[in-house]
Amino acid sequence: MRAVVASLVSSFGLLWSNWRARLGLVMVGGFIVIAILAPWLAPYSPTSQAFGRMLPPSAAHLLGTTQLGQDVFSQLIWGARTSLLVGAAAGGLVTLIAIVIGLLSGFLQGWVDDVLMLLTNVALVIPGFPLMIVLSAYIPVHGVGVIIIVLSVTGWAWGARVLRSQMISLRSRDYVASAEFSGESVLRIVFREILPNMTSLIAASFMGAAMGAILGEAGLEFLGFGNPQVVSWGTMLYWAENSSALIAGQWAWIFAPGLALALLGVGIAFINFGIDIISNPKLEA
Amino acid sequence: MRYLIKRLAFLLFTLWLAVTLNFLIPRLMPGNPAQIMVQKLVGEGPVNPQLVRAVGIMLGLPRGTLWHQYGLYVYNLLHGNFGVSYTYFPYPVMTVIAQALPWTLILLGTTTIITFILGTALGALAASRRGTWFDTTATITANFTATFPFFWTALMALYVLGFVLHWFPQSGGYDAAMMPQWSATFVLSAVYHSVLPALVIVVTGTGGWLFGMRNNMIHVLGEDYVRLAMAKGLPRREIALAYGARNAILPNLTGFAMSLGTLVGGSILVETVFSYPGMGYLLFNAVGNSDYPLMQTIFLFITIGTLIANFVADILYGVLDPRTRRGGVSA
Repeated sequence: MRAVVASLVSSFGLLWSNWRARLGLVMVGGFIVIAILAPWLAPYSPTSQAFGRMLPPSAAHLLGTTQLGQDVFSQLIWGARTSLLVGAAAGGLVTLIAIVIGLLSGFLQGWVDDVLMLLTNVALVIPGFPLMIVLSAYIPVHGVGVIIIVLSVTGWAWGARVLRSQMISLRSRDYVASAEFSGESVLRIVFREILPNMTSLIAASFMGAAMGAILGEAGLEFLGFGNPQVVSWGTMLYWAENSSALIAGQWAWIFAPGLALALLGVGIAFINFGIDIISNPKLEA
Repeated sequence: MRYLIKRLAFLLFTLWLAVTLNFLIPRLMPGNPAQIMVQKLVGEGPVNPQLVRAVGIMLGLPRGTLWHQYGLYVYNLLHGNFGVSYTYFPYPVMTVIAQALPWTLILLGTTTIITFILGTALGALAASRRGTWFDTTATITANFTATFPFFWTALMALYVLGFVLHWFPQSGGYDAAMMPQWSATFVLSAVYHSVLPALVIVVTGTGGWLFGMRNNMIHVLGEDYVRLAMAKGLPRREIALAYGARNAILPNLTGFAMSLGTLVGGSILVETVFSYPGMGYLLFNAVGNSDYPLMQTIFLFITIGTLIANFVADILYGVLDPRTRRGGVSA
């Protein structure tokens, strides 16, 4: 356990030493702090309809109010929670599926590999976002939980493929052979001996999956296929679009949630960029 | 030849799987289309089982065992019979889709090619001038644009270029006063209406190709034969193009499946924002109206289109890179 903590601390230090990754960590960290402190940071309740409708930005309402008289700025702050939750949960689930399928397929080879890779290639070529839309159209309950599950089911293929090819190059190493000769079980070799050597790749695929999930969730909710009553950046954009916010001159209402999404995405991309450069120093610009 | 047969087998398998998935999803999911349709027809009033059955028959809802339904479904599919649209009743789904399909095919086809060429060229340029201001600017800009949500970029472009500046029309695929026809004015109007959606897709989609190409090319430029070429004193330009870019472009193509997936998903959002008369906007409306036959057929068409495009990319890849055909490098 202590070794794990120590290795995490040292890889964090390595990541921190790269300026891009540092910028990314600060950005994502900032969003996490905002999400945790939302009840104290937000000036009003995000669902309170106590204010004038469609007000332009002012000192009392920094980003104006919605068609129902809700404070846009408070919604923006609370919305960080939904996006981060979806990113973490769906990103985690996607990575878990990718790890299990990619590693087993790469290690076992033979027919298991063939079957799992066929499954992965199929999942890769079937367009994910339309599938998400169709699935969400048939599920009567709409909510963040459903979206997380749909995103996880549709998003794991790329990670599995990347992890598999890394596995294939690692499995011919001597320490794997010696573990095999000492009679360790397949699961132990894969998850205890080899997995720790893929930390950077797994971190990168988690980040990529989280970003995909955040954008996917926002897209679904923007189209109104989530639960429009949930406060999130996607539903904010849905209501703004449906209330013709742009034509009414409420540009801040649309601009802010999209910018928040983009900044969170850029932060994650910067972290990934840093991971990339650390694991492959050739790429340094 | 073996490679071709293998890819063809994969295409046929995925096609069959997509068709079956499309058959199974509505049957495995809760919810009854007839019930929803009846609710829509009668409003809030009470609904009796006879009415549900009558509407079911009118809409051609499946009856009988699952196997029987599956057989009938495949039979209808092969005859291009996808049932009747609920929203555009009594028009068959096929008629509705035939009107939307060309719009998306042209929009997505053009933007896919433009993003690939633009991203690859910029990526190659960034890699060959590694560490210069161009490289830094290009990678950081791509970092930003690639993470922008498609629909947000679309909304912003719509607001600034359409609503504020009036440079481009704000919605639709052609002038609302015209009828779709093959005339120069109509085509011009369609192109004019497509500029903004296409621009949004290109701006958001180019970043991925740029990164892939840059990383591949940096990898290639570190190879020994490139060092030899430099030692021989070949011009930098020739090394970058004939040695670097040429060898880096192929591995970049393996990202095609993922890139196309992103573009297809993104185009649904972009089409919806611009009310563009393509498949994405149609899908959006079909889901909003609980038009299940239309929605499912659109999904099937989108999937089949993606599968065929990937098949073509795979074949092209095999033709260009003999190693894949021998089954050596199949990333």
